[in-house]
Amino acid sequence: MLSAAVLIGFAVAALAPLATPALGARAGWVWALLPAGLATWFAAQIPQVRAGAPLEQAVPWLPSLGIELAFRLDGLSLVFALMITIIGTAVVIYAGGYLRGDRQLPRFYLLLLAFMAAMLGVVVADDLISLFVFWELTSLTSYFLIGYKHDKEESRAGALQGLLITGSGGLAMLAGFLLLGADVGTFRISAMLADPAVVQASPVYLPALLLIALGAFTKSAQFPFHVWLPNAMAAPTPVSSYLHSATMVKAGVYLLARLAPAMGGTAVWFWLLTGVGTATLLAAATLALLQRDAKRLLAYSTLIALGALVVMVGVGGPLGAEAMLAFMVAHALYKAPLFMVAGNLDHEAGSRDVTVLSGLGRAMPISWAVALVAAISAAGLPPMLGFVGKELAYETLLPHPWALAALVAASAVMVPIVVLVAWRPFAGREPRAPKAAHEAPVSMWIGPAVLATLGLGFGLAPDVLAQALLVPAAAGLVGAPVDFYLKLWHGVNAALLLSIATILLGAFLVLVWRPLHDALRTRFADVRVGPAGIYDALVLRGIPTVAKGLTKRVQSDDLQHHLLTITGFTVGLLALTAVVRGGPTLALPTVDGALHEFLVLALIVVGALGTASAHSRLRAITSLGVVGFGIALLFVMFSAPDLAVTQFLVETLTVIVLALVLTRLPSALLRDGEARGRSRLALVIAATAGAAFSALLLAVTQTPFDRRLSDFFDAASYPDALGSNVVNVILVDFRAIDTLGEIFVLAVAATGAYALLRRLGPRPEPEIAYAAPRGSADPAGDGEPSDAGTPGGRAADDGGAGS
Amino acid sequence: MEAPVALTVGIVFGAGVYLVLQRNLLRFVFGLILISGAVNVSIFVAGRLTRGASPFVPEGAVAPPAGSANALPQALILTAIVIGFGLTVFAIVLLLRTYERLGTVRTDELPERLDDPRPVDRNGDAPAGAPRPRPMPQGGTVPRTGPSGTDARDDGEGAP
Repeated sequence: MLSAAVLIGFAVAALAPLATPALGARAGWVWALLPAGLATWFAAQIPQVRAGAPLEQAVPWLPSLGIELAFRLDGLSLVFALMITIIGTAVVIYAGGYLRGDRQLPRFYLLLLAFMAAMLGVVVADDLISLFVFWELTSLTSYFLIGYKHDKEESRAGALQGLLITGSGGLAMLAGFLLLGADVGTFRISAMLADPAVVQASPVYLPALLLIALGAFTKSAQFPFHVWLPNAMAAPTPVSSYLHSATMVKAGVYLLARLAPAMGGTAVWFWLLTGVGTATLLAAATLALLQRDAKRLLAYSTLIALGALVVMVGVGGPLGAEAMLAFMVAHALYKAPLFMVAGNLDHEAGSRDVTVLSGLGRAMPISWAVALVAAISAAGLPPMLGFVGKELAYETLLPHPWALAALVAASAVMVPIVVLVAWRPFAGREPRAPKAAHEAPVSMWIGPAVLATLGLGFGLAPDVLAQALLVPAAAGLVGAPVDFYLKLWHGVNAALLLSIATILLGAFLVLVWRPLHDALRTRFADVRVGPAGIYDALVLRGIPTVAKGLTKRVQSDDLQHHLLTITGFTVGLLALTAVVRGGPTLALPTVDGALHEFLVLALIVVGALGTASAHSRLRAITSLGVVGFGIALLFVMFSAPDLAVTQFLVETLTVIVLALVLTRLPSALLRDGEARGRSRLALVIAATAGAAFSALLLAVTQTPFDRRLSDFFDAASYPDALGSNVVNVILVDFRAIDTLGEIFVLAVAATGAYALLRRLGPRPEPEIAYAAPRGSADPAGDGEPSDAGTPGGRAADDGGAGS
Repeated sequence: MEAPVALTVGIVFGAGVYLVLQRNLLRFVFGLILISGAVNVSIFVAGRLTRGASPFVPEGAVAPPAGSANALPQALILTAIVIGFGLTVFAIVLLLRTYERLGTVRTDELPERLDDPRPVDRNGDAPAGAPRPRPMPQGGTVPRTGPSGTDARDDGEGAP
């Protein structure tokens, strides 16, 4: 049942592109039935999970590798699953209105529903590899959803940046999973959590932790990987409110919380998480003051929340777990509505620039009301759940004043953010907007209204939420049963005083926002250092440049360079192997040849060297011929008459063809040289290659010879094929298909050669040669004024020049 | 006798590799020819050398006498020789065609010529005005007038 709950999303997603056009304007409402149904199902599991009996299901996937499609629904997973499905319901309905009439809506629902299924997979997976697969699926769907408006450069760049950053983090995370899983002997998360001592005593604990944290930090947009999240705001608003504030970016937090009982509690864990989280808080709070686009403002406030969540996971303990969960649920319940209201502004009033809009409250009263309720929670004011979450967070961080100071400062920045998003565009008498604003349709306010109301309701009665969800979830984070109750009012304590200080500081920031904003914008306008600059330099320019340079070096369009690289590399590898592994052991060869045999070999060597050093056509052809005929003689001497005949024939033909063709080419064609360095390099490579070839062949001839195959042909050729020439029998009988193939190859080569030659046309007649100076014909036809009128003379000339 | 032949094969192979690494495509073709010869002989040697005992079945027998040469590598090489010949001829014709079309057989000059093909005319020479494919060291001191008849006629008409 649990696996069905995850996988049904993929099935429905596959239907989405087909059915959406038929559903028309109702599409959003219909598709929302899926997350709504799933939310109901997950909610129905609350009693069982509270009772401490998590749902479990494992399907063998890759049994040979010990990888299972394992699912487990405990308290922690349940909180996330409910968040995903409930906010998913609101977002799917909202998208129906926001993207109404959009040509690509079918595709959008495919991606959105697939994302939801993948995200559910992440939070209920009980196997690290399954978790990784779902994790990457969320990255991929996020990539397509950010790039939804793919005709815009900004969307494509944002999508690519998100994919590159979260994707590379995901790979690091996979490496961490593999290290850890291989060392502790299981990929089952519940097994690791059951035995934390094994994980923490593992020699790979530190590298695994760092790699996994890299995955979590990139996904949850922690400093310095936060750059992708604001740029992901190029996505349509439903995507921003769902993936990039409520769910996907919390996957990193989920992973850290999930592994906290097994990996947490160490000094490295504490300092890594609180350090990175605090840096994120501060960076996000500063950068938020630079923004005036409602969605980007909200993106930076999401970063603040994510930083706070990571800090609290790092601190851990029952209080940390409680605070983290309350803070997270509160954030999801206020941030999604705020995003959707920002989308309504964009949709109905034509802009998201908070300095442009004002006075829209009359035209959009419901949106304003929703925005205000959510904003009060976001600012951390009573009686909202946001207040409860923030109080708990302050209480958690009391022993760590530096982190507390960062959180107070960042929370203060939340105040101007929500004032800018939820107050400024609506307040005032005169409506000011690029287009005549009116209230959004019901599909675009019902979802945010319900979520914001939930935030209010849970704020008034926080213990309902706590007992149903947060207490079992905190047990998952701590690794042991915990018990606590939540209430809105804790009396006057340190946390309340800090809250008052936060609000005062926030109010001050609201007052000075305009001058501060302008000053910061001027100051940071041209700053290209920092993570965004590094991303631009490293990823956008650095990697393509290096890739291009490397490709140009090893894959140049220069054939000889290519060959040099390939041969050089192969020879180098051979040499390396010979040095490292030891070459073949060669016995001193016995030499038993006769004089004429050595003479033939000497002939071949002279021919080969002569060809290699030839600078004239005649010498080259002659030397080649010497090699070829030498090889034919070798065949004669060593009992291969058929080979000898063929070789003589082929060699003669080769020489004739070469001679014919070379007369069409200028005589000086071989007189060019090579650059000296290149030439030497080629010489070294060639000499090594030759030596390696000899050594290999020597080694082959010194191993015992297995004649079985040859004996078969000797024995079978007469009885079976009635042929007494064994070589011929093999060719035309035993390997007849091979020979047929050979004939085809020859036919193709001949056809190709004929086609090429035909386009050359006939040889020019000697009559045009009257232009040549001495009136002598130029039968070679290579257009060179020749010193001698006859081919023989030319040949002599060549021979002389080459020596 | 296998060892000296193996050494010889290595030398031929090395010479072939050296030629294949040259920028002049004519040398490249020569290298191909040498390499295919070297490979053929290497297969031959690997099947061991036998003197004066060709693999024939004598009259009245059903198998070659014991100690005959190894027939299998010979059959393989026979195919290889013929295919190598096909390859060589095709490569040579392609080379010729390349020269006629682009006026060079040097791989470092090919890309620019491909961008700006200057087909040589049918007697295998570059048309007037086109730069020569390579600076040709000339043995004689012959003045270079228009190399083709057309050219010469043009000159005649252009300078009355």
